[in-house]
Amino acid sequence: MKLTFENKTALVTGAGRGIGRAIAESLAAEGVRVICVSKSESSCGAAAEAIRASGGQAEALAVDVADSAAVAAACEQLLKDYECIDIVVNNAGITRDGLLLRMSDADWMDVINTNLSSCFFWTKGLLRPMTRKRWGRIINISSVVGIIGNPGQANYGAAKAGMIGFTKSTAREVASRNITVNVVAPGFIETDMTNELSDTVKTEAAKMVPLKRFGQTSEIASMCTFLASEEAGYITGQTFSVDGGMAM
Amino acid sequence: MSDKSIEERVQEIIVNQLNVNEEQVTPQASFLDDLGADSLDLVELVMAFEEEFKDEIKGEIPESDSEKLQTVGDVVSYIKDKAAG
Repeated sequence: MKLTFENKTALVTGAGRGIGRAIAESLAAEGVRVICVSKSESSCGAAAEAIRASGGQAEALAVDVADSAAVAAACEQLLKDYECIDIVVNNAGITRDGLLLRMSDADWMDVINTNLSSCFFWTKGLLRPMTRKRWGRIINISSVVGIIGNPGQANYGAAKAGMIGFTKSTAREVASRNITVNVVAPGFIETDMTNELSDTVKTEAAKMVPLKRFGQTSEIASMCTFLASEEAGYITGQTFSVDGGMAM
Repeated sequence: MSDKSIEERVQEIIVNQLNVNEEQVTPQASFLDDLGADSLDLVELVMAFEEEFKDEIKGEIPESDSEKLQTVGDVVSYIKDKAAG
C-alpha cells in the first residue's frame, strides 16, 4: 500500500534512540518533515543528522518533556517556525522499576510526568493550529504494561494506562476537527530500554510472547506511520497492540 | 492600541473563527444557535478574545464568566465592563 503524506510536519518525542528514532526515520522516509525531540541535545541532534544524511528533512529540539513550562515555550516557538505541526507522536518514556512497597515518591512522579504528563503538555501546546486546519494526527506510544500490567512497574503501568484514557477523551473532543488520536502499545521491543534487562528476564519474557521473540523498532514505526497517514483518517480513539500477541 | 472599536474587533474575530459573514454577527446573535459554534469553537473564541483584548481584560476570562457569554452583545459588554473597571 502506498501511504499519502501531503506537505506534513511531525514532532516525535524521545526521538534520540529506540522506538522514537525508528518512528522519526520512518516518517521522514515518507517525505514528512520531522522534529526530533529528546532531552539531550546530542541525542536528538544525531537522530536529525542521520535523517538528513539519508535525504530526509529533520530538525533537532532538546526539551525535557516533563517540564510543562519548557514544553509550552518550545510549542510557541515551533508554531512560529512551522505554522502547524500536523503529526505529534508522544513517545518519550522512562522506567524507574521497583516493587510498589519500595517505590519512592520520586520514582512514581518522574515516570508519571515523563510518560503521561508530557502527552498533555505537547498535545495542548500543538492542538490549536490542528483544529484550525481541520487535520491532525496524535499518536501516543503506550505499552503492553498499560494493558496487562507488570510486577515492578506500578508507576510505568499507571502512566501507560493513563495514556490510553487520555487518548480516548481527547479523541472524542477533537473528532469534529478531523483530528485523530490513537495509541500504539508495544510489547517487548529490542531497544536500549529492554537491553538493560538480564538475559534470564529476556528469555522468560520471550516465552510470554506468542510470537516467541522480541519485536523490532521498525515494527512499531510502521504502525505509527500508517496511523499518521491520510489513509488512516477513519481510525480514532483506538489502542493498537504491537506486541507479538501478548495482550489478546 | 487599535483604532477599531471593540465591536469591530469582536466581529472580526468571530468572522475568522467561525467562518461566518459579517452581517450574521449582530449583537443578538447567539454563538451556538445562530452562528453554528460548538463547544470547542467557544473555547477557541474565548482564547482569541483573551489574546486580542489582553489590555482590556487584564488576564484570562474565568470559566464562570465565559459560560455567560452566549451572544455577540454579551462579549462586547463584558469587554467594555472590564476595560472600564
